[in-house]
Amino acid sequence: MSTLNPPANAPLAHDDHAHGEHHELGFVRKYVFSTDHKIIGVQFLATTLLMFILGGALALGVRWQLAYPWSDMPIFGRLIFGAEGGQISPEFYTMLFTMHATVMIFLVIIPILAGAFGNFLIPLQIGADDMAFPTLNMLSYWFMWPAIGCFFFSFVSGGLTAGPGNGWTAYPVLSAIVSASPSSESAQTWWLIGLTFIGVSSMMGSINYMTTIINMRAPGMTLFRMPLTIWSMFITAILQAFALPVLTAAGFMLVADRMIGTCFFIPSGLVVNNADPTVGGGQPLLWQHLFWFYSHPAVYIMLLPAMGMVSDMMSCMSRKPIFGYKPMVYSLAAIAGLGFIVWGHHMFTSGMNPALGMTFMVATIMISLPSAIKTFNWIGTMWGGRLQFNTVMLNCIGFVSMFIVGGLSGVFMASVPTDIYFHDTYFIVAHFHYVLFGATLFGVFGAIHFWFPKMFGRMMSETVGKVHFFLTFVGFNCTFFPMHLLGIAGMPRRYADPYLHPYLEHLMPMNRFITLSAAVMGFAQLLLLGNFFYSMFRGKKVGRNPWKANGLEWSAPSPPGHGNFDFQPVCYRAPYEYSSPEAEALGQDFIMQVDPPPEMPDESPPDESPPDEKTDT
Amino acid sequence: MKKHWNHFWGIFFMFWPVVAILSCVVAPARKWWFPGVAMSPLGERIDDLFYLLLIIVTAVFIATQIAMGYVLWKGASRTSGTAWYTHGSHKLEVIWTIVPSGILLFMALYQLDVWAEFRVTSTFPAQARNQPLAEVTARQFEWRIRYPAPDRVFRGHDDIKRWLQQPEAGDLYTVNDFHIPTGRPVMFFLRSQDVQHAFFCPELRVKQDAVPGLVIPIWTEAIAGGDYSLLCAELCGWGHYKMKARLAAQPEAAFQKYLRDLQTSQNDDGYVPPSDSSEQE
Repeated sequence: MSTLNPPANAPLAHDDHAHGEHHELGFVRKYVFSTDHKIIGVQFLATTLLMFILGGALALGVRWQLAYPWSDMPIFGRLIFGAEGGQISPEFYTMLFTMHATVMIFLVIIPILAGAFGNFLIPLQIGADDMAFPTLNMLSYWFMWPAIGCFFFSFVSGGLTAGPGNGWTAYPVLSAIVSASPSSESAQTWWLIGLTFIGVSSMMGSINYMTTIINMRAPGMTLFRMPLTIWSMFITAILQAFALPVLTAAGFMLVADRMIGTCFFIPSGLVVNNADPTVGGGQPLLWQHLFWFYSHPAVYIMLLPAMGMVSDMMSCMSRKPIFGYKPMVYSLAAIAGLGFIVWGHHMFTSGMNPALGMTFMVATIMISLPSAIKTFNWIGTMWGGRLQFNTVMLNCIGFVSMFIVGGLSGVFMASVPTDIYFHDTYFIVAHFHYVLFGATLFGVFGAIHFWFPKMFGRMMSETVGKVHFFLTFVGFNCTFFPMHLLGIAGMPRRYADPYLHPYLEHLMPMNRFITLSAAVMGFAQLLLLGNFFYSMFRGKKVGRNPWKANGLEWSAPSPPGHGNFDFQPVCYRAPYEYSSPEAEALGQDFIMQVDPPPEMPDESPPDESPPDEKTDT
Repeated sequence: MKKHWNHFWGIFFMFWPVVAILSCVVAPARKWWFPGVAMSPLGERIDDLFYLLLIIVTAVFIATQIAMGYVLWKGASRTSGTAWYTHGSHKLEVIWTIVPSGILLFMALYQLDVWAEFRVTSTFPAQARNQPLAEVTARQFEWRIRYPAPDRVFRGHDDIKRWLQQPEAGDLYTVNDFHIPTGRPVMFFLRSQDVQHAFFCPELRVKQDAVPGLVIPIWTEAIAGGDYSLLCAELCGWGHYKMKARLAAQPEAAFQKYLRDLQTSQNDDGYVPPSDSSEQE
């Protein structure tokens, strides 16, 4: 083993400073309003995990109604809708799916990827001591709370039985005219304001990530030596920065339509709910264009970081370099680039110019090419590897496996003729859950287990992790695979009671099966939460590099102290040199990015003072 | 023991695709499939495209799952020794870039004409385009249908435009009951009175949003008579799920009779003309 490699069981040094500036921070500055990227990352992670449970509970509400329409909801029914005798009202149903999507997208997936893992990993993996703008970073977390507040207030302002019920897409005119959905009233406005706060939070993060990655890489960390996690975070940050302003602007326009009588999205002459005819001259399709101009890239914002992290983890757990590093980078960039010109595939049936349908269809189908290349490369990465079937790897395989299904089912919606039938049926619900849950969240589960030791210096329980994976994977497929069939059978989404329509009546048993599976999957998440919080305090203590991984972050102490590294990290090689001849020569199957090549020991400054000695000073 | 567990997980990941494919195989027999065959010529072509895509997608699915199964099984068996040290293969990257892009491009271009026939007004069948059947107006939460008077003959585009802008005295109205003749293409106009809705008839494979402020022409042709479903596919408020209507396809003669009956009942003001002396009292 190289002398530079810090010993795996190095003492846990919480207060090792890279700069020698010793100032003790109070509890509030250290753990609450912290500017340390690691604390902020963990704050994001803990918040999003709690939101994940909330979003899941909302989904179970939706599932209850679809399995047992208009029947008393167990336990919660009496508490929430005592007035209606424990039933879910149709208004409340629209609110359930609206808030499920809102919470899961804006408060779970986007912040858990960019906020939690982006924050935690970027400085550590590129060898920086913190983010470029630590205060901005702190604000990006704390701006999430006004958003949560607004969403929550929109929830309860109508007395828990009404709320924003116009879908997470909030299509006008339904969302623009208050009388169109009376139960939403001010809730919809609060919802839009919450969305703006989330946008501000994301924007602060993305500026920070771009700057940090461009400016603060350690010596030797060239662009093509960056781990794919960093590449994906970088590309995601660019997507975010370019797409988000459009949504923010559109959100303000919609608030103006609702509150001060503008008519950006409201055409004239509409008689909504027997109110006076509208006077506007607006165009509802404008919202759809603006909304999807953000929200389609957002799909990739919700996916690319998981792709990057899975590449990292999969390479490590296969003990093998990633297959086709550069094609992986280029395909990430291609997905991001094409991601800007495919938004119209959400609008094939919207009545926009049919010629647009054709161009968007060709662009959309072609975007599956880089995704396919990535999939082949992941399989190539496992090919010939010495696979470690631990929780991390299982979740990564789950990611690839589910991403294949999500990618393939997308073909039916990318093709305009078949989309005529499948648009807004359960087929699309199945598709995006395969991508967003099946792919992204399995990637996230893997990442939580993988980087947990770096966050807390302790391991999560492997047995509980595997049981959680097993239940989630089985529950997930039993929940979402049958939804493809529901979609083919023509069941529209967002229906409080599909069985009103005779051709859907026979689907109720299948919906009950789905609800049961969803409940199993939902309750299995408590295992993850329990494992997470229990292991934080009681997990097995580990050293710097429990996974024998190569990245820069694994040379820092676990958990890293303020300033991250107790030595100046220098990057000597590509990120995935597992089982390389160089490593073999050292008698191990990995060689870290900070290990200097044996033939040039004199040129590397850190060699003069090995890190484990430096910590003692 | 570790090896056994490795193999367990290898089998685990191969097990579920088999279940998935089996469930698709049994689905049509269990009626977890389309609500019957397509009832319009364009719908038949959409179904053909669906099955073509399904074949391609299933082939890719099986191929990738087999590849995954192979690498997982092999990797599960390799509990000692070192992994294959490789950074990839330029040749493979080229192959798996060019082959899928060829397939994808074929899929994209092959389907364009069906879309064009469905949506580009100039490709609509001429007879349907010149004599629109009706105007369908969606509103929370019902469908309102306006037919032109049965003897109304449209003289060109401007005439149709005039009819759309200005209701005429002879127009016939129904709610949630849309009748169309079978055996010939028909065109109707879709509009919305309040928020956005979508006209969805699963049997005819027709779906089109009704956008406030726009008048969108769509056409279809019912091959056989029958009562089909008409529902809303775009969230339009709390009653979205109950925007239920009947789309009744009838042979031409029956359809004409329906229109005449509608006309009679609409013109009937309930006033029975005086015919005997009792009126005079």
